[in-house]
Amino acid sequence: MNEIDVKFLEDSFKKYYFNHFNLITTPGRTPEREFGYQKFNSNFFNRHISLKDDKELHLLFMQNIPSDVYCSNAYYAFPNSPMNEKDWKEADLIFDIDAKDLNLSCRKNHTVSICNQCNEISKNNNECIKCNSSKLEKKSLPCKICIEASKIEVSKLSNVLINDLGINQEDIHVYFSGNEGFHVYVYNSQFQHLGSKERSELVDYIMFHGAIPETFGMKKFKPNRSLFPDFDQKGWNGRFSKHVYGSKSKRSKIISELLANGYSSFQKILDDISQQIGVKIDPNVTMDIHRIFRLPGSINSKSGLTKILCTNIAKFDPYTDACFLNDDSVEVLANCPIEFKLKNKKFGPYVNQKISVPTYAAAYMICKKLATIA
Amino acid sequence: MLVLGQDEKAKYPFLADAGEYLKDKGFSLAQFGNDPVLKLSVEKALHRIKVAAAGEVYKSDLIDGQASKDYVLEREVFSFLLAIVLIKLTGMSTLVKRFALAEARRAENYLEKDLGNASNKSKIDLATRIIYDLFNIEIIKENDFFIIPVSDYLRHSVTFHEREWKLINRHVENGKVFLTPDKTVRLIRKELGNYISSKIINAPKPSMIPGLEKIVDELILISKKLTPTYTIVTGEYPPCIKHAIDVLEKGENLPHSGRFMLATFLLSRGQTVQQIAPLFKNAPDYNPRVTLYQLNHLAGTSGSSTKYACPSCEKLKTQDLCFITKECDNIINPSQFGKKRK
Repeated sequence: MNEIDVKFLEDSFKKYYFNHFNLITTPGRTPEREFGYQKFNSNFFNRHISLKDDKELHLLFMQNIPSDVYCSNAYYAFPNSPMNEKDWKEADLIFDIDAKDLNLSCRKNHTVSICNQCNEISKNNNECIKCNSSKLEKKSLPCKICIEASKIEVSKLSNVLINDLGINQEDIHVYFSGNEGFHVYVYNSQFQHLGSKERSELVDYIMFHGAIPETFGMKKFKPNRSLFPDFDQKGWNGRFSKHVYGSKSKRSKIISELLANGYSSFQKILDDISQQIGVKIDPNVTMDIHRIFRLPGSINSKSGLTKILCTNIAKFDPYTDACFLNDDSVEVLANCPIEFKLKNKKFGPYVNQKISVPTYAAAYMICKKLATIA
Repeated sequence: MLVLGQDEKAKYPFLADAGEYLKDKGFSLAQFGNDPVLKLSVEKALHRIKVAAAGEVYKSDLIDGQASKDYVLEREVFSFLLAIVLIKLTGMSTLVKRFALAEARRAENYLEKDLGNASNKSKIDLATRIIYDLFNIEIIKENDFFIIPVSDYLRHSVTFHEREWKLINRHVENGKVFLTPDKTVRLIRKELGNYISSKIINAPKPSMIPGLEKIVDELILISKKLTPTYTIVTGEYPPCIKHAIDVLEKGENLPHSGRFMLATFLLSRGQTVQQIAPLFKNAPDYNPRVTLYQLNHLAGTSGSSTKYACPSCEKLKTQDLCFITKECDNIINPSQFGKKRK
C-alpha cells in the first residue's frame, strides 16, 4: 500500500478511535490477557503485550495508530512473557463463523482477483487476464446473502450452545467480525478450562462430525425401528429427526426406507447431512487456546468496518451498524468492478475512475486494495 | 477419606493403605518369603500378575463381591499388595502398566455392578463417592442414567479412539452427558489404571525378600517377552501427507493446519528443516525466512525448544485433512503409518 493511502487510513482510523473510545472497552480481567497489534505496511506482529486497563489500551491506540488490534481469549499469569512461559490459566470459548466457509453460490459474483505480479484487477478469475499469472489475491465484498447465511449459522450455534451445552443466553456475545462474519464468545461456561483436544471434540459435536448410525438407532445386526429417534426429542436426535423425516407423519415411512437401505447407506446420510444440519464454524479457531482475536470496537483493516457487538442479530446490518468512519469527501482513483452499499448508499462499479466518495467508502475500497487516494 | 469395609477393600484393594493394612493384620513383608501358609497369598499374587500380563482380568474368589470366610477377603487384599511388591522387585515398567490396567478393569466390573444395583442405594453411593474422590467427577443418578457435566466427559473421553465415544454419539442435554453404568465406569478406566500405576510407582522399592527370588526372575522373563518392537517396513507416506504434498506441488494453498501436519510428520521421520523447507516454495504466500523460522520452531531448535508432534488422525479428520485408505490399518497417528509390530 502506498504511503498516501496509509496516511489516509491512519488519519481516518485515528479520528474514529479518538471519537469512539466508548465502543472500545477492555474485556474482563484485562491484566490477564495478551494483546497484540499490527501497523499498516508492516509484517511485524507486536504480540505478548499486557495492559492494565482501558487507559493503557487507549494510549496504545493513540501512540501507534494500529491497523488491527487483538486480544486473547485466554487468561495467563504472565501475558507478556513468551508463549511457553505465559502460564495458561483458562480461555473463553470462541467460535468463528465466516461467510467464506459457507460455500455460497453468490460468492463468485462479488469476489475480485488482484494479480500479485501485475496488479491487474478483474472479477473472480483463476488466472490474471493480463499476464496469466496464477498468483492472485482474492478479495470479497460480501453481499446481503452472505451476511444472512452467516446469521443463520449464528442462530444454529446459539441453539446448540443453549439447549445442548447448557450455556446461559446472557453469556453468549455475538460480534460482527468487521469483514465477512461473526465471532461468538461464550463466557463463564464449564468449558473455560478445557484444552485444545477437548475443544476439538466440542467442535465435532457442534459441526455434527463423526456421528455413527448406532447413535440414531440404526444397528448393523438386527436393527429395530423402535430405537430410532422421535420428532420432538432434544439435541441432535431431534434435529436429525426433523431433517430426515421432514414431518411427524412421515416418520414411520422414512424409517422403513432407512432400514431397507441398510447400515452403510445410513452412515452416508449422516456424513452428508452434517453439511446441512451441522453448524459451519471454523474448527481451528475454537481449538486454538492461545490465539489473539480482533478486539471488539477496533477497526478491521480488511474493510474499514468495526468489530462490533450485535445486540439484535436479526436486525443487524453491518453496512450501516458497523460503519463508523466519517463522511468527509475524498477523491480516489477506484478500480472496483463490484457494486457495494454502505450507510444505505450505493457505490460502484468503478473502472479506473477518479471519483469523490465519503471517507468510509474510500477506506472500504482502499482496504480491499481496489482504490488509491487520487 | 473413604472408610471401607473388609469386602470393599477386597473389591477395591488399591484404596487400602498397604503398610497400614499389613501392620493391622500383624504381618511383615519378610514373612511372605518363607511362611508356608502365607505362601498361598504369594502364589495368588503371582497368578494375579500373570493373568494381567496375558491381557486378561483376574477372577477373584469373591462371589458377588462377597466371601463366606474372612480369610478369603484377606487373601484378596494380600495378593494385591504382594503383587505390587513383586512388580517393584522386578523393576519392569511393562508389568506396572499391564497390571494396573487389568486391576482397573477388575475394579471397573465391581463399580459397574455397584452403580447398576438399583435396589441398593448405599452401593451406588459408594461407587459414586469413589469416582468423585479419585477423579473429581460428580455423577448424579437420574432414572436409569448417570449424568455428568459435558466438560468432565470430554476430559476423560478425549483419549478414546472409538467413534462411539465422540460427544456427538452421546445423549447430551443442558450441559450434561447421559451415560449407562457400564459407560460411566469405562470412562474412568484409564484414570483408574493411572491411579493404580501411580500407586505402584510411588511405592518404595523394597529390598529383595529371601525366598521370592525365583518368582521375581520368572516375572522378569515374562515381562521381557512382552515388550514389543516396532520396525519400519515401508518408507511410504500416509495418504494425508501425500495429499498435502500434492496440494503444495500444484501451487495451491495448504491451510496452516495442513502445513503443521506435513512439517511435524516429516520431522518425525527424521528429515531436517533444510530438507523440508523447499516443499513450501510453491505456496502462494511463500516466504523463505518465515518458513525456516516456523520449521525451526516446530523442530524445537528455536523458541521454546518444544518439539511438536504430528497431530492425531482424529484431529486431522476434524480439520478435513484426513484421506483415509485401508492401508492406514487402524493407526491413530500418521507417524505410525507403515510401521509393523513384530
